[in-house]
Amino acid sequence: MSETIPTGKHFVHGDWACAEGAIAAGCGYFAAYPITPATEISEHIASRFPQLGRRFVQFEDEIGAIASVIGASFSGMKAMTATSGPGISLMLENIGLAVMTEVPCVIVNVMRGGPSTGQPTMGAQADVMQCRWGAHGDVEIIALAPQSVQECFDLTVHAFNLSEEYRTPVFLLSDANIGHMFEKLEIPAADEIEIVNRKKPQVFPPDYKPYEADESMVPPMACFGEGYRFYSTGLTHNEMGYPDMSVETQDKLVRRLCDKIRRNKKKINMTEETMTEDCDVLVVTYGVTARSAASAVQMARREGIKAGLLRLITLWPFPDWKIEELADNVKGVVVPEMNYGQLVREVERSVKPTPVEFIPKLGENPPSPDEILERIRRLAK
Amino acid sequence: MTEQIDYYLEDYLRMDRLPHIWCAGCGLGIILKSYVQALYELEYDLDKIVTVSGIGCAGRASGYVNTDAFHTTHGRALPFATGISTSNTDIKPVVISGDGDLFAIGGNHLIHAARRNINMLVICSNNFNYGMTGAQYGPTTPRDMRTPTSPYGNIENPFNLVSLVSSAGATMVSRWTVFHVNQLKNSIKKGLTKNGFSFIEVLSPCTTGYGRLNKMSPIDMMRDLRDTCKIRKVHPTEATIEPGKEVIIGDFVDIEKPTYADVLDQLTRRSTE
Repeated sequence: MSETIPTGKHFVHGDWACAEGAIAAGCGYFAAYPITPATEISEHIASRFPQLGRRFVQFEDEIGAIASVIGASFSGMKAMTATSGPGISLMLENIGLAVMTEVPCVIVNVMRGGPSTGQPTMGAQADVMQCRWGAHGDVEIIALAPQSVQECFDLTVHAFNLSEEYRTPVFLLSDANIGHMFEKLEIPAADEIEIVNRKKPQVFPPDYKPYEADESMVPPMACFGEGYRFYSTGLTHNEMGYPDMSVETQDKLVRRLCDKIRRNKKKINMTEETMTEDCDVLVVTYGVTARSAASAVQMARREGIKAGLLRLITLWPFPDWKIEELADNVKGVVVPEMNYGQLVREVERSVKPTPVEFIPKLGENPPSPDEILERIRRLAK
Repeated sequence: MTEQIDYYLEDYLRMDRLPHIWCAGCGLGIILKSYVQALYELEYDLDKIVTVSGIGCAGRASGYVNTDAFHTTHGRALPFATGISTSNTDIKPVVISGDGDLFAIGGNHLIHAARRNINMLVICSNNFNYGMTGAQYGPTTPRDMRTPTSPYGNIENPFNLVSLVSSAGATMVSRWTVFHVNQLKNSIKKGLTKNGFSFIEVLSPCTTGYGRLNKMSPIDMMRDLRDTCKIRKVHPTEATIEPGKEVIIGDFVDIEKPTYADVLDQLTRRSTE
């Protein structure tokens, strides 16, 4: 395989699809440290990147991998890293730096069971709050959760587009089940894949202020070597990029970094609704668990229970307004997750006082359709 | 009076960021001056340099140079520079950082960047302590020296930086001091033009922290660099630094081998054959 985008049908696993999504999105630099269950992404990139003249570096650890990804992105490359929970734990400081210095990059977390070393080969959805709140300080993050091999491809491309548009790191929250699952992937023709590139400065270098933003709140991005000679720091900085410890600068900078995501949350957010128009019981879920939930909703409908499904494709920013809207007319909400209570807290916050049934599932498999159906029945009474 | 001194380097510095934050008697100003003087004498294209630093006193150096510059996280300057160097081979990353940043929290990245032979120049200001946080002992502090976290004297053995970096595979390894300004500047010029991983250790006084706590005046510390440092050719393993003993400075390694960018290009050819 030597073509850049292998348009056509493939029978592959999610990690493969994610790697091809990165290639299709124009990722020119990939760095990672081997970790189960994300290693297959590195392996596929290692075989494909050299042929395409792109750069793959297997780093000494995840800290170095994400640091080099940020350096590469600042040098004009689209850049990505892929890991699992323990690797994200190591990367968090530099993810905060990418947020602070506004460097587009994609971070793939093929989630496995934790805490600590946990269950390396088994899927989980227990890093969704780590992703949201892991980096220190006030941080807004964008995260997408694929439910299929196809979405591993599509959402990786989309993650790059969002990161370029908003100059911010974007997470792809896959898991071991999807990463290692084989199913059909259809790669579109190159001209059918939408590609977004970072906004470049329109001024001469002496007039360039690297952190001056217009109403979009996203500053145009010069890169190293382009003659702008800009300075970037993880310290609180003014529009010139210079350190400035004043209260005003901290207030202005942190608000802008957060608001560029918050104010665009409806534009960024993607959800998928199934039979929600008339539903009495709403299931809210995401990722691989949504596959079980979709079956459960269909089984409920066959029993005459009006169940509906809201699948979150974007986890962060969280679609609280949408859940609030849908929950207005239902008897209750079911939230199945492969963890011991994470996104359910956000749902509870959004739907109060509508009752919420939480289905925690720990260890390898998502809740079965039967387990979800039983809760739907209970709430429908 | 001061306006007339060094005006020719104005284009090389961010004049709107000066004066710098460093203490009186600190060696970092001399290191910064030597760096920009080397760029000036080489007429180096400033658009092809990215100055990268970690955290600490030395980490602030990147903010004063009129090149693209990135002040990164603690210990991680080298992987950032690796990403830069492998993404755009026209760019020479120059890392200016301290001994704590590069050899304690960042030690793992340093040996691996040297092993890969990433094309970059690393200027390590070695002041034997963590200056920014108040002079605590670090991986280069000699035995028995007093710091706030070694109030009874340091019990740990220090790294010999030139030996460590040499054995990790660097293509250029030198040690100078802020007293030896001409040799330092020439060494930086050599590192800037060298294609490969180049490392210069610069012994530099921390007068406010390490010096004050060990009862050494700024003048004593500079005099020490003059009197105890000897330029000699020895094996890097012999170039240890111990209080009261001779310190060997000079060039330790100067070899040629393919850079990481070179072998990545070879890999592209191999993969498409």
